[in-house]
Amino acid sequence: MTLRRAWFPALLALALAAALTFLTLPVVAIFVDRSPGDLIESLGEEGALDALWLSLRTTAISMLIIVAVGTPAAYLLATRSFRGKALVVTLIELPLVLPPAVAGIALLAAVGPAGILGETIETAGIELSLATAGVVVALTFVASPFYVRGAMAAFASVDRTLLDASRTLGASEARGFARVMIPAALPGLAAGGALALGRALGEFGATLMFAGSFQGITQTVPLAIYDRFSTNFDSALALSAVLVAVSAAILFAVKLVQRDDVLGGWGEARA
Amino acid sequence: MHSLRVEARTHVGALELDVAIGVEAGECLALAGLSGAGKTSVLRVAAGLLEPEHGLVTAGDETWLDTERGVDVPPEERRCGYVFQEYALFPHLSAWQNVAYPLRGPRRKRRERAQALLERFGLGELADARPRTLSGGERQRVALARTLAREPGVLLLDEPLSALDARTRADAARELAAVLREVDAPALLVTHDFAEAAQLGDRVGVMDAGRIVQDGTPSELAAEPRSAFVADFTGAVVLTGTASAGPDGLTHVELDGGGAVTSTDGGAGAVAVSVYPWEIAIEPADESPHGSAQNHIPAEVVSITTIGNRVRLGLAGPQPLAAEITAASAERLALRAGARVTASWKAAATRLVPI
Repeated sequence: MTLRRAWFPALLALALAAALTFLTLPVVAIFVDRSPGDLIESLGEEGALDALWLSLRTTAISMLIIVAVGTPAAYLLATRSFRGKALVVTLIELPLVLPPAVAGIALLAAVGPAGILGETIETAGIELSLATAGVVVALTFVASPFYVRGAMAAFASVDRTLLDASRTLGASEARGFARVMIPAALPGLAAGGALALGRALGEFGATLMFAGSFQGITQTVPLAIYDRFSTNFDSALALSAVLVAVSAAILFAVKLVQRDDVLGGWGEARA
Repeated sequence: MHSLRVEARTHVGALELDVAIGVEAGECLALAGLSGAGKTSVLRVAAGLLEPEHGLVTAGDETWLDTERGVDVPPEERRCGYVFQEYALFPHLSAWQNVAYPLRGPRRKRRERAQALLERFGLGELADARPRTLSGGERQRVALARTLAREPGVLLLDEPLSALDARTRADAARELAAVLREVDAPALLVTHDFAEAAQLGDRVGVMDAGRIVQDGTPSELAAEPRSAFVADFTGAVVLTGTASAGPDGLTHVELDGGGAVTSTDGGAGAVAVSVYPWEIAIEPADESPHGSAQNHIPAEVVSITTIGNRVRLGLAGPQPLAAEITAASAERLALRAGARVTASWKAAATRLVPI
């Protein structure tokens, strides 16, 4: 009797165990394949630190751009309705489903040397292809939809009467946006930001095609890993370990922010 | 600020809103009606949160909205104190930061002023508490303090008591009534509860399907409803008087304008006496009262309104009254306008609320 009743919970547990093993085994392997000492030592090799530093710099700059432009844009989309809004949202979300190779080609066709805006950009004295600035463009292109989507959902879930209250209390919409809407939407904004950050940090295809892979200039960590996995597996492994650690830290930080009691008082008022 | 005038003709979803109201300084007009009647839309038009197709909003000599002349002052520049139904406190700010939100100037000054307002509402201890840790009644008082911090020229209150449990509501109503008496700005209050409207409003406008179907003092409405809807909606009769403890353990109330009633409720000083029309029995004036009812008020029938199988009688006595009896009883008593009757009800059916 008990066996007949227990088969379904057992099946659920088995499915979870299979998923967990499959998803964590490769990640764990990165850390146990070589000793921690070897990993740290490999990081000191020529190019590895360059790649790390470049990844951090380009990701930070593109995150600044994404948050500065994406936050007000997402707020507009979440709080106003207008003709063609669905189309605008679809266009913004398109890079989410675009294959990275297509994103790279698209960027080349738009702002590459032979692209439709290539001449304008060249005249303005900006160098994008095969330059660090090109990496920032590629990261921003593929990562920003993650943030804008998350921020839209975050703003949409904030009670609109808060903004009404702010206005009747004498605050302009801009002031209400800064003092009420952003703090109230912060957990959602952080989640969107973390997704974009993770995507930017791991960006590979678009960067390779649009900016190339030059050590210290456009070779970010994922490109460096690809560059050396056939020649210097230890170094590739060490860089991968760093990426895993950073990604895990981001994920953990978001879970922390989203838990109501960590920051205290963010959640909706309880009855 | 002197008086508030709000006129609006517009579609709000499926509702056709068509209202024109005026509220004098120091006066409170309560808009009462079922949900979906358009009450909140009137407040939103006044505050500038809803732009009507045709409308006019003036406060004293300031024009806030005039669709004819293309005037539309943004909400932040209309000095409206708006208390929202669920209070709309900012969840990420503490009580004092909420109250200080409309204040300008150095942080220390804002904190002092916010603290003073919180103390006035008995919340001095809770200045650093977040809204979600406060009870419903405390939240309502923080919202009131925040609204008053703005020094509003007009007060707009959307169902200020409906988010509270029954126990807190009586205290909150008393406190709100005190605030309304103190503030000399015109106040516009919205409620779905006629008793609440009668308690807080100097006048009551009954709204149905986007229009004000009747307005007047609460007792006028209860006594002389012009439609079955108003009669049904108004529910209780409200009389005013002065209460004192009687020798028999009951409370004795001298009614304003003459007459007296007793109640099993406690009370002293100025009170509102309320009784449901269906608790009131009608006898011809020439028959001496009998039965267990203690309260007898002589009155003249002024209106007879049929509501289904019931009849609502509008009665003119020392204060207007309303009684509801069955259609059969009305026929048996051969009631018509001008008939002299005695209205009777039990002391146990007589509710007293201090005012």
